[in-house]
Amino acid sequence: MEDLDRLTPAQYRARYEALQAAARGRAVAPAVAFSEIDPALVKKTEVIPPGGYVAFRVKRFDVLRVENPAGTPGAALFLWNADDVSERYNAGDTLKLQWTTNLTAGRVLFSDMGRVLASIVADTGAGHDSIVGPNTPAQAGAKRNGRDNLRLAAAKFGLTRQDLGPALSLFSRVRADDAGVLHYEGAPDAGAMVELRAEQNLLVALSNTPHALSVAQEATGPIALTVFHAPPGAEDICRGFSPEAVRGFENTDAGFA
Amino acid sequence: MSVISDVVVPARAPYSAFLKAGQVMRIIDLESQQAVDALFYSAADFSERYSAQDTLAAAAASGGKYYLGVGSVLLSNEGRPMVTVVGDTCGFHDTNAGACSCESNTVRFGHETRFMHACRENFLVELGKYGLGKRDLVSNVNFFMNVPIRPNGELTVDDGVSEPGGYVELRAEMDVLVLISNCPQVNNPCNGFNPTPIQIIISGK
Repeated sequence: MEDLDRLTPAQYRARYEALQAAARGRAVAPAVAFSEIDPALVKKTEVIPPGGYVAFRVKRFDVLRVENPAGTPGAALFLWNADDVSERYNAGDTLKLQWTTNLTAGRVLFSDMGRVLASIVADTGAGHDSIVGPNTPAQAGAKRNGRDNLRLAAAKFGLTRQDLGPALSLFSRVRADDAGVLHYEGAPDAGAMVELRAEQNLLVALSNTPHALSVAQEATGPIALTVFHAPPGAEDICRGFSPEAVRGFENTDAGFA
Repeated sequence: MSVISDVVVPARAPYSAFLKAGQVMRIIDLESQQAVDALFYSAADFSERYSAQDTLAAAAASGGKYYLGVGSVLLSNEGRPMVTVVGDTCGFHDTNAGACSCESNTVRFGHETRFMHACRENFLVELGKYGLGKRDLVSNVNFFMNVPIRPNGELTVDDGVSEPGGYVELRAEMDVLVLISNCPQVNNPCNGFNPTPIQIIISGK
């Protein structure tokens, strides 16, 4: 076997460019329909009012359906491995490992440990941003904001600001133009929806507060949550999405073998 | 302004130092195309630390870009200025891609890369000297690292654009602990597939 610490720069480059070319070939995400939820499988339903947040636990293979019926401009999300809270959502790895900032159906949310925390198993495609993320007091002033709500949710698990890093703002589309300027693309359509399947036992913090770049800095409607149990089937869209996903799931599943 | 410290950090090695408010750190990419991963902690309370999202949200509100350059103000998780980029010969410093780790390398480049050296290994060794650990690792700054985000959403690590002797200068806006990993990655182009030494000069009163 080749010694990976002793290849030539040209050999390293060839390895990288092969991975990059493969990633570019699968840049388009599949469209996914939402299925009816069997009421017998539902574990939890919640409606989070504007400015509110929830902190809860889910088991591996529970699915979180998050609905945005009125098109409020964002919902802040953070995840921890419930069995080891030092393992948590990692924005940089989530984007870098999948070669994209477009998080939608087929993509996954990575922890800092090369493992998958959650899979995006269905999505209406409103966009989910992990570059700029949820709002803070700098944008929201005295109004309820994503940073403080995520800290409060963390506190309910005995965690502190040390346990939070860059978060995800669901229902938030941000685009970089050719000059590198970041643009917020406006509030999502009413009825936007996404489903996240827990791939580990998770602690979840979910806040009904806007994206940092939203013009409206106060939530304009509720966020509805349904948790139901639905293990992946043989034809799962996330588990085989890419070689990177396959390796991420190999790392994840090893902890449950 | 007098020189307080002037060291060469070997290829692949960690480094850390305290800066007092007003002091300036110059990081020199001696041989070019060398990524320098950096994190910042308030010296008064290490749980106040660099926040990439606070930094980019504030920048974007005034037409700023998704990468850092001269004039960029690096904010903490309390939205307070920690350091300002006051000098820069490169023009592009990433803060979205995070630091490489053994674990993420297995996903991105294959399980065979698991035991290669990585920035988060450097960070953890250096953090340990201050009683800090993995909970204290957040998205960092990657000086001299070229990570374009394209209008179609693609994010890749491209060839570095820094020249030999290129530098970035950071002025501390509060007393900060600066943590650095001279990046050992050879599986992407961030170090020209050949990690090299950097020089770090601290000056001030």
